[in-house]
Amino acid sequence: MPSQIAGLTRRSTLTAGALAAFASLLAPRLAFADEKTVMAEIKKLYGDKPMAEGKIKLDVPEIAENGLVVPVNVEVESPMTEADYVKAVHIYADGNPQPGIVSYSFTPACGKASAATRMRLAQTQNIVCVAEMSNGALHMAKANVKVTIGGCGG
Amino acid sequence: MTTKPTPRVRVPAKAAAGELIEIKTLISHEMESGQRKDAQGKTIPRKIINKFSASFNGKPVFSADWHPAISANPYQSFFFKATESGEFTFVWKDDDGSEYSSKNKLTVG
Repeated sequence: MPSQIAGLTRRSTLTAGALAAFASLLAPRLAFADEKTVMAEIKKLYGDKPMAEGKIKLDVPEIAENGLVVPVNVEVESPMTEADYVKAVHIYADGNPQPGIVSYSFTPACGKASAATRMRLAQTQNIVCVAEMSNGALHMAKANVKVTIGGCGG
Repeated sequence: MTTKPTPRVRVPAKAAAGELIEIKTLISHEMESGQRKDAQGKTIPRKIINKFSASFNGKPVFSADWHPAISANPYQSFFFKATESGEFTFVWKDDDGSEYSSKNKLTVG
């Protein structure tokens, strides 16, 4: 096996690793969101309202090789009529510097509460999705994404 | 390096009444997260498109609030139930106040 991957030799990787370890002793650690910050964000919007499971299909890759571009597709079960539709969907990540990824707002004109985009993930983490129905009911779904190369750049 | 963001939208030109169509959008933009540092170790200021919205004949259909975790050259797709002919307006709002837009016609019938 060649030890050279994209211009990185074994030695430079080791040196970089050692330097990074040293730097982390000196500098305060880069703050990352965690499960608590995500829950706090959700609480800001919806308080302590109970969350039901189900109805949400959160489609993310199990393993993302490149954290810079991770597809995320969400679909919420709903008839999407004036009387019963999905009002909003919020997606959070618990291992990024900031918890928010995207917030969607749907209308009955959408016909289907589904949307797809691409996100950056700094590391292996959980994606949390909250859907708000027009009657106020809340649903939640979670998925874990393993990230091989983080997408936050230095 | 910075070029003017150009939106690209894919909307079917025609649809049957009641048909569910998928709309795909893409805009070129670096989506600078505000987390990166330059060679001098200074943080590069955040500059992202923070809102995308779609309306049909002036009525809002769908919108997305994007956070810095959205990838560069942001892609967004969503659905629309075709009921009548008309025109979509798609608007992207940048952190610096600029707005980029695209208009696309849809014929139903």
